Amino acid sequence: MPSEKTLMRGSHVVGEAAVRAGCRFYAGYPITPQNELPEYLSARIVEMGGTFIQGESEIASINMVLGAAAAGARAMTSSSSPGLALKQEGISYLCGTELPAVVVNMMRGGPGLGNIAPSGADYFQATRGGGNGDYRTPVLAPAGCQELCDLTFVAFDIADRYRTPVVILGDGLMGQVMEPVVFPDFVDLDSLPKKDWALTGCKGREARALFSMMLNVNVLHRHNLDLQKKYDEIAEKETRWQTLYTDDAEMVVVAYGTAAQIAESAIEEIRAEGIAAGLFRPITVWPYPVEALRSLSKRIKKIAVFEFCMGQMLEDVILSVGERAEITFYGIPGGIVPTPADVAEFLRSALRGDGKIGRRVLV
Amino acid sequence: MSAEAAYKKVFGRPQSLKEAYTHYCPGCGHSVAHRLVAECLDEMGLREVTIGVPPVGCAVLAYNYFNFDMVEAPHGRALAVATGIKRVRPESFVLSYQGDGDLAAIGTAETIHAANRGEEISTIFINNAIYGMTGGQMAPTTILGQEATTAPGGRDPKLHGRPIDISRMIALCDGVVYVERCSLASLKHIRQAKKAIRKCFQVQLDHLGFSLVELLSPCPTNWKLSPKEAWDWVNNVMVKTYPIGVIKDTTGYDETK
Repeated sequence: MPSEKTLMRGSHVVGEAAVRAGCRFYAGYPITPQNELPEYLSARIVEMGGTFIQGESEIASINMVLGAAAAGARAMTSSSSPGLALKQEGISYLCGTELPAVVVNMMRGGPGLGNIAPSGADYFQATRGGGNGDYRTPVLAPAGCQELCDLTFVAFDIADRYRTPVVILGDGLMGQVMEPVVFPDFVDLDSLPKKDWALTGCKGREARALFSMMLNVNVLHRHNLDLQKKYDEIAEKETRWQTLYTDDAEMVVVAYGTAAQIAESAIEEIRAEGIAAGLFRPITVWPYPVEALRSLSKRIKKIAVFEFCMGQMLEDVILSVGERAEITFYGIPGGIVPTPADVAEFLRSALRGDGKIGRRVLV
Repeated sequence: MSAEAAYKKVFGRPQSLKEAYTHYCPGCGHSVAHRLVAECLDEMGLREVTIGVPPVGCAVLAYNYFNFDMVEAPHGRALAVATGIKRVRPESFVLSYQGDGDLAAIGTAETIHAANRGEEISTIFINNAIYGMTGGQMAPTTILGQEATTAPGGRDPKLHGRPIDISRMIALCDGVVYVERCSLASLKHIRQAKKAIRKCFQVQLDHLGFSLVELLSPCPTNWKLSPKEAWDWVNNVMVKTYPIGVIKDTTGYDETK
């Protein structure tokens, strides 16, 4: 039975949703602003008969997750930006070895140690990958606590279905904000598809080996082609986005996550003034909803991009839209969270084309 | 008299080893260590419940030779990976098999913390005092004066620092119940190594905590010695930096039985 409406902060929401989605192994290393998630799971996952380990580092933690995944468990780790940098090696190995796992990033300001304020500066890291090799990771970008909950379920499903790590890309604000959430019921672990590749001990069957090293060039070549086929299938079947007020829009705002929530308020503010603005919100930022945005740009000739960084998702907008529409960009780096009024000012400026706020992007 | 009654099989390939040719060099200690591990698993009836983690290094392809479930770990992370496996499947027998670069340089943190947590894992630590796979560079365990491609003229403590004795370091951790250093450089030593490996495995079966056997292992190729000279070097030179014997034993096992 789904839960009653519960008021909960974002980090706890991910923890509760993970446990309900069948996660029985968590390892992580403390880093602000996501500590509430391991704190929550340190009690909750153990209560469910699972394992919580505070690893000696982010590197150790993601490798513990790799081991747990190899042994067949639904496993998760979480961190914030500099910690995700350390996990990139593990993500690459998870991809190469084709092991499912969920990796949460509650983004904070960078580069380097940066600060602990909300940020969108790890978009490249998440969508392009900081590990070595030719791989992709599905990246889910929730907006608000209910979607954080729902996408945590989706993340575990995609991870298992495609045997791949999946990134949940939130930010420090999302982790702290409290919102009412209705949790879906607990997944029945026995109902999940059997993992006939997992390591269980070889009783009654041939020994199994899971690895990413393939010294023979022909073998690695085929492995990469198989991975690409999988990524193509993910792009075809798992791309998610949402549109709001786009039917009559003369301008569309492209934003994801917390930035999209702020943009939505700004759009409502200027719509009250008679400006027909709409919202295009990618929910998967890899695979990026290229076709959906492209087809919007055939009709709506002004596109305003808003991010908590100096323009990273902007590149995917450019790749999707090309020269079909006029693109204006507004980015706030360093952890400052603009108000809806700030964003509304940007949108008015973008519509006038006066270049007073943000910048016109020349493709 | 039937053929079965007339002949008794006294030697064969352990079931825990696949029928495969290894890529190990002549005189390398890995082949011997693999055989010892396989014999112990067979004798203790553990093959079908074993999940192993090989290192990155010369034994990276161990899953082609060992006949039980295995998963590759990134360089140095074997004991973190093994921790994840053991916690998810506590009924499994979990084994890490690692070289000195893997266990005592890039994986130092993972090694010390898994040991200190007292993870119920058995670790076989191959110490050949050199990076073998990459072609003879200085290892964390390279002894003073020993030549390496990145220590021309021999390891100098002022330039390169001193060799690390990680077995003694982890013995300080309360979660560690048994550590023994053995040699693979004579028949007598090999037999002792097998005893130590058996005991190391028993510790896990008895849920006592973490255990490790360090094996001083010849690397004729990168030491630029013949296999016989490599044995002699282990027995006459290497043991001075790494004395063989029990380093820690809080198992309480009665060895007289």
